[in-house]
Amino acid sequence: MSRRPYVRKVERSWWLRRPRYVLYMIRELTSLFVGLYCALLVVGLVRLAQGPAPWDGFVAAFSSPLGVAVQLLCLVFAIYHSVTWFALTPKAMPLMMKGEPVPGAVIVGAHYVAWAAVSAIVLIGAGV
Amino acid sequence: MSETITLEVLRYHPETDSEPHFRSYTVPYKDEWVVLDALNHIKDNLDATLSYRWSCHMAVCGSCGMMINNEPKLSCHAFLRDYRGGVIRVEPLDHFPIERDLVIVMDSFMDKLSGVKPYLIPKEDRPLAEGEYLQSPAELNTFHRYTQCINCVLCYAACPQIGLNEDFVGPAALALAHRYNLDSRDGGRDARAEVVASNEGVWECTFVGACSQVCPKQVDPAAAIQQIKISASVDWLKNLLTPGGYR
Repeated sequence: MSRRPYVRKVERSWWLRRPRYVLYMIRELTSLFVGLYCALLVVGLVRLAQGPAPWDGFVAAFSSPLGVAVQLLCLVFAIYHSVTWFALTPKAMPLMMKGEPVPGAVIVGAHYVAWAAVSAIVLIGAGV
Repeated sequence: MSETITLEVLRYHPETDSEPHFRSYTVPYKDEWVVLDALNHIKDNLDATLSYRWSCHMAVCGSCGMMINNEPKLSCHAFLRDYRGGVIRVEPLDHFPIERDLVIVMDSFMDKLSGVKPYLIPKEDRPLAEGEYLQSPAELNTFHRYTQCINCVLCYAACPQIGLNEDFVGPAALALAHRYNLDSRDGGRDARAEVVASNEGVWECTFVGACSQVCPKQVDPAAAIQQIKISASVDWLKNLLTPGGYR
């Protein structure tokens, strides 16, 4: 009897085979939009450094319908990115208290509280 | 006529087949039967040439893992009643070469497992006369879940990174490395780091999380791997900040 192990090829569409893979790929995709928004903010900083006129032009572009649409798109992906990441934090950062593991819901909840607190500080700082 | 259910089983005999093909079998439906019972019925009554691995029939030995309707499962843990009214498609575990029918070649896993030194490496040699290494329940608690692994390799079949890079050490082996790294009696973390903290170790993991979802023993390898990433990063930073310490 001869051995002839058969190797199955991984297809390029592997990530369409299961819903969990699709959700994972969406999470990976969100990083592009988070990166895009960061790049836009850097452009804003450069414009600010160049003086009032370039800064006003940047603000006008950001406030245009296209600018708002891009920011909304980035926001949706950033929220998906954050929510899925928060859901995973108990795995990456397990805590022990008095020899017992802290429940995952507490760790996830703490992240939402921190998120809300930082957002509030930023909004207050911006005078909203 | 009593109820039946159909299984489509991937068959591959290297002596005669150039590639695998599906073959259908109709078996009696019983509420208490699992897919493994159906395979045993086929083997005993319909087709004695069918090959598959199994041993304990109680989710302890870890040898009967298969793709069941595209999900990695222990076939002794997959009840026919959950597939009632449909067809059950049974294939060998993904990401492993097929030896024969439902039997996979798992040499690569055995090499990866031994590569992470999955055994206690004491911090220092101690004479036997000094007695046993004591451990508190709290210390045991830090790693107990990772001791539950039965090496069934369902996590390797679930992990897309394994499919894309066969050199990835993979979930079960890394979870076991973490189990020993966390053990208060162990001093082998540095010895394991060469494999565990390498590119093919934890850094090949992109946190898909599928390994933990399919684990029949709730080992949570994804958690173990993320924790190793954090401790490996801290080690790297410490080395960087220590004068002459960067390697």
